[in-house]
Amino acid sequence: MTFAWAIVLLVLLPLAAAALSFAFPRRGGWLAAGAAVGIGVGTAQLIRAVLADGAQIHQVGGWGAPLGIDLRADGLAVWMLLVAGINGAAVALYSSRYFGMERSEEGRHRERYFWPLFLFLWTALNALFLSADIFNLYVTLEMLGFAAVMLAALAGGRDALAAAMRYLLVSLSASLFYLLGVALVYGQCGTVDLRLLAAQAPAQPAPWVALALMTGGLATKTALLPMHFWLPPAHASAPAPVSALLSALVVKGSFYILLRLWFEAFQVRMTPAVAQALGALGAAAILWGSISALRQARLKLLIAHSTVAQIGYLFLLFPRAASPKAGFLGWSGGLILLGAHACAKTAMFLTAGNILHAVGHDRIKDLEGVTRGLPVSMFAFGLSALSLVGLPPSGGFAGKWLLLSAGVAQGQWWWIAMVLFGSLLAAAYVVRVLTHAFTSGSKPAILNPIPPVMEWTALVLAIVAAGFGLAAFWPAELLRAGAPQAMPFLAGGAAP
Amino acid sequence: MGALSWAALSLPAKPPGLAKASLDRLGESGVAHPVTAVLLNYRGYDTLLEVGVLLLALAGAWSLGRGEQPAENPQSRPLLLSLLRVLLPMLLLAAGHLLWIGAFAPGGAFQGGALLGGALVLLILGGLARRALKRERCLRAGLALGVLVFAGIAAVTMALTGGLLQYPPGAGGALILVIETAAMVSIGLALGLLYLGGQPPEGARRSLLATPPDHA
Amino acid sequence: MPDADYRLYLMASAAIFTIGFYSMLTQAHLLRRIMAFNVMGCGVFLLFITLAARAPGPVPDPVPHAMVLTGIVVSVCATGLALALAGRVQTVTGKTELEPGEDAGGRSGAAHHGSSA
Repeated sequence: MTFAWAIVLLVLLPLAAAALSFAFPRRGGWLAAGAAVGIGVGTAQLIRAVLADGAQIHQVGGWGAPLGIDLRADGLAVWMLLVAGINGAAVALYSSRYFGMERSEEGRHRERYFWPLFLFLWTALNALFLSADIFNLYVTLEMLGFAAVMLAALAGGRDALAAAMRYLLVSLSASLFYLLGVALVYGQCGTVDLRLLAAQAPAQPAPWVALALMTGGLATKTALLPMHFWLPPAHASAPAPVSALLSALVVKGSFYILLRLWFEAFQVRMTPAVAQALGALGAAAILWGSISALRQARLKLLIAHSTVAQIGYLFLLFPRAASPKAGFLGWSGGLILLGAHACAKTAMFLTAGNILHAVGHDRIKDLEGVTRGLPVSMFAFGLSALSLVGLPPSGGFAGKWLLLSAGVAQGQWWWIAMVLFGSLLAAAYVVRVLTHAFTSGSKPAILNPIPPVMEWTALVLAIVAAGFGLAAFWPAELLRAGAPQAMPFLAGGAAP
Repeated sequence: MGALSWAALSLPAKPPGLAKASLDRLGESGVAHPVTAVLLNYRGYDTLLEVGVLLLALAGAWSLGRGEQPAENPQSRPLLLSLLRVLLPMLLLAAGHLLWIGAFAPGGAFQGGALLGGALVLLILGGLARRALKRERCLRAGLALGVLVFAGIAAVTMALTGGLLQYPPGAGGALILVIETAAMVSIGLALGLLYLGGQPPEGARRSLLATPPDHA
Repeated sequence: MPDADYRLYLMASAAIFTIGFYSMLTQAHLLRRIMAFNVMGCGVFLLFITLAARAPGPVPDPVPHAMVLTGIVVSVCATGLALALAGRVQTVTGKTELEPGEDAGGRSGAAHHGSSA
């Protein structure tokens, strides 16, 4: 019963709020606040229920799979809900002032459309994390994609529109690859339920091809190298709170489905070769993303390229968690890293938005002395950089440490070198920003004052990112709670 | 393409689908047509999200600014108007018919909504929808109606039966009809208005893509 | 219907999807790419309804039919949205194509972003 009401709070409430904020455009901010409170309550209830009783299942309409759609909350799902909830709430708070700063017609127009699109995005994420049905996941994926693209286009202007157009075409094609895979799976197995698929584990060629199609589509949506080309322009040219949502949460939606496919529904197909291949793409993404981040002249572009690199880290989870030995270390390490990256990246983009608004540009070499004008924001940037690089006690450190421990236990040293080298590169690109910002050169004119809420929101998130390595046991415990039986490594690895 | 064809051809000739299961339980679904049963009952949750996607697409298009009133051709206008006089009542009637027969024959909210959308496009083309298009509040309310009614009924069924979209025994047919009616209005409006490619244009200025709107 | 006919449909769906995807990759005009997306979608839907028709029993499997209906509505929404966005791109940039390989808004620089962010 708890789960049933949590679904109302997590999916129906933001959906209704989205529709209402479209019908009453002036009330968008309040509706989002209401939805955020409801989502907070729903997530908290669900976490308690999962920790106490394990996975929760709800059969929509009372039919049950395979005829109906099942919704399911296990440790992984509620962890994702929590990450989305924290970042979503922070972005909502930030946006309540952000769009109001621009007292023009355009600013008002953006604010009016930001709220419904944002609420649809949040609905889609929550529905995605709770769904246990691969066709239903397709619908949530499309809702997520549409909302993300239109939010990215909200900035107007030629760069943002061209980037959004490219993003839309890529996203739509990728969705069709996924849907084609769903059709093949249904034709072979007669069900689209994750758990029933895991029980079937068919060996015919169709599921192989289906899995390849779905993985290709989802990896494109996650912007895994070499399908990352659409991400930096779209993320960098969007308004700051939107960039934060796109980098912190949207790419993780499709990543989450990849995890569900490879570690649950089709886990029999998770051969070492597949795991190593996905990991190798991740490693390449770390290198490419970090090096191109180093070469960016603008702060928002640097942060966007850093997202490409950080997505690479997430894919290191595949080779680490696929092994029965120490698999859980890799699994929880990758997912803790995911949460840490989300908070750090949101904080960074929000900070970049503050800088852009305060000094009128985000050219890195001209940021001298910006720290004196925006001390809170720059402190937030420094803290989130700590997590991005992976220094203790940040969440980034905890995640990387667990990934490394799994690598050591599995005796795979070259991956360890990769993680460490990636951290060095990350240190190089954030230090480049910090040296410019902390140099007391000619003080840049602070053109516009920044509302304190916008600075402190970024700081709180950065503190979460930089501090939650201290509490890394808790997410690991949560991730173990109610984990699907289909994930065999869960029995193997020792608790971190 | 080779791999794709190979995969498709390798699918079992007698697929283990859900045809039997969906027919066996048709009696409990409240409707007599299996596709409607899947759309609004077995997999009604998909449809709920999908009605949301439609509103989202329209909100997204409107977020781009104002669309264009299609240019009128004075020569073809009399022809269009006389066509509309015949076609419009028929389209409305057919939409209602499709909605009603959806319970036991091919049809339903989406098919009916598509006809309504077509009727709206014809009205716009004929220049007859100008006044209606200016009533933005009403349009917004009508567009949001489908999602709100559907989500509201989902929440109410939760309170009554403890299950999301689990209709109380015997009430399935009636509730599905309520949902479909509201959804049809919103679908028709959304499809018709998407044709404009943006928010409805303001009366005086025809093509204002560059200027963002000011009233809501 | 004999099974050979279904095989024709299965191969056709693979072919249609591939043709659509090929155009998506090779065409530059936005309208053509949006059409390519629709062609790809038709391939997927054809596969779904072929699966439905092959189902044993007196009537086709209604579940893939409902999925196709959902898919069609989503793809209509996507098309409407893509057309609106493409129209806007054309109004603002004067072009109906995206510039190949353009990486981010680096060239227009901070002036524009200062106003938009």
